[in-house]
Amino acid sequence: MNAKNADKIATGVLYAIAGIVILILAALLGYILIQGVPHLSWHFLTAPASAFTAGGGIGIQLFNSLYLLLITMLLSFPIALGAGIYLNEYANPKSKITGMVRMTIEILSSLPSVVVGLFGFLLFVVQFNLGFSILSGAIALTFFNLPLLTRSIEDALATVPDLQREAGSALGLSRWETVGHIILPAALPSIVTGVVLSAGRVFGEAAALIYTAGQSAPALNFGDWNPFNISSPLNIMRPAETLAVHIWKINSEGIMPDAQEVSAGASAVLIIVVLIFNFSARYLSSYLYKRLTSTK
Amino acid sequence: MTEQDMAALNLDAEQPTSNIYKMGDDQEIALSTNDLKVYYGDHLALQDADLQFERFKITSLIGASGSGKSTFLRSLNRMNDGVANVEGNIMYRGLDINTKDIDVYEMRKHIGMVFQRPNPFAKSIYENITFALKQHGIRDKKVLDERVETSLKQAALWDEVKGDLDKSALALSGGQAQRLVIARAIAMQPDILLLDEPASALDPISSAKVEDTLLELKDKYTIIIVTHNMQQAARISDYTAFFHLGKVVEYDETRKIFTRPKVQLTIDYVNGNFG
Repeated sequence: MNAKNADKIATGVLYAIAGIVILILAALLGYILIQGVPHLSWHFLTAPASAFTAGGGIGIQLFNSLYLLLITMLLSFPIALGAGIYLNEYANPKSKITGMVRMTIEILSSLPSVVVGLFGFLLFVVQFNLGFSILSGAIALTFFNLPLLTRSIEDALATVPDLQREAGSALGLSRWETVGHIILPAALPSIVTGVVLSAGRVFGEAAALIYTAGQSAPALNFGDWNPFNISSPLNIMRPAETLAVHIWKINSEGIMPDAQEVSAGASAVLIIVVLIFNFSARYLSSYLYKRLTSTK
Repeated sequence: MTEQDMAALNLDAEQPTSNIYKMGDDQEIALSTNDLKVYYGDHLALQDADLQFERFKITSLIGASGSGKSTFLRSLNRMNDGVANVEGNIMYRGLDINTKDIDVYEMRKHIGMVFQRPNPFAKSIYENITFALKQHGIRDKKVLDERVETSLKQAALWDEVKGDLDKSALALSGGQAQRLVIARAIAMQPDILLLDEPASALDPISSAKVEDTLLELKDKYTIIIVTHNMQQAARISDYTAFFHLGKVVEYDETRKIFTRPKVQLTIDYVNGNFG
């Protein structure tokens, strides 16, 4: 066989493999959407779930998922940003401390999320007496999210060429000024992409939340925005079943007559939200790039 | 006998230094180095560089790759901090700037640098120039506008970009980007401009424009430039230092280096016998 034919065969095989990947994804998405989308309605998206009768919605779970995501990002982004900046801009790559930090992050990222959830249950829910709450769930998700977010921020910073750092210091700017005003803005589009993509993962996470944010969704009073009231949507100490946990729960112990339909509809919503995150990441990133590089 | 006389005697006694040009009393020295040595780890990359740079002149540093000329240049504004160990003195306005207690950020306002590859920030053309100025405390819009216009004019870029100051600097061509970077450096109003092969990544036309820009800038700035291009060194510089294997082999007025150098190695290099 000559080189030309070998190349043709290799190309064909690689195309086929890529095709299979796309096919699997399309089949999965197609199935979930076809099953779920017919059940979607404004009522389904906003009404509270019902435990025994048909016609319940996912309103509270959807809100809980989004709110929990927000709190998780508020907790994990600053830490991940600091860690990412440290690792890429300040740490001496040869030092032992840097090696240890990197190893810690890698181990953290390889922990199964159910283990993170159980750890969170023992430490935050029981030991720190935070109970099944949004806060417990957000901390568990931070553990789960931190390694990936740190890595994506570090990678985003690493793609900014060293020429930019040299340019900054040649103009008499300190490292902090250079990082804060030149490197971070240049890396911002890819940082945002990383944040939004990790948001999609956090949004769909169930295992880490079952024992931390809990499996119940008490009724919320959407007229009450005082975060200290127990029925306020903003209260972070209330138990909060999320969409992903809800899907798991209906499928394992749901006794409402329309459990199948609710599960299919909720799965479709979950997938659609994650897809929105993924597509908006691309759009946001290119929008930010344009905004940042020109004054108008 | 004064100390200076003793030093002069010593100088005469040392044979090799006679190939190194010394400024006369009537010449104003902008920057000079004494026994500058640069180590990368244990490796001595540059030894005993004693060079004086005259004010408002262009000095070229030439030599083959690995000769130590870029290492030397980058040591002058402490860009080698954290990369290499630099020993010896770098005298600027009577001050040794190669010491721990020098504020390198302040010093680099006076000794600017332009690199081989154009490195504009991912900002607008206007902000590329004003950003560092703002960080150094200049807030007055009028002053900033004026600095932008003057520096772009000095860098011979104003006519090409005056309508596009708000556009991204990343959209400029390589040659324009390099002139923007030069404008950015001179907007700081430094005394000395260090350039590390500023034209080597550019096409001949852009390269010629950068050369013209440097000749224009000579009136106001002391320029030290590393170049691989011997014609460029001959065309634009007043002095030339020839580096070889981590040593300054010869330093003299450019026309002497290129017409009747004292050292055989220099003759070989400028004639293109090695490199």
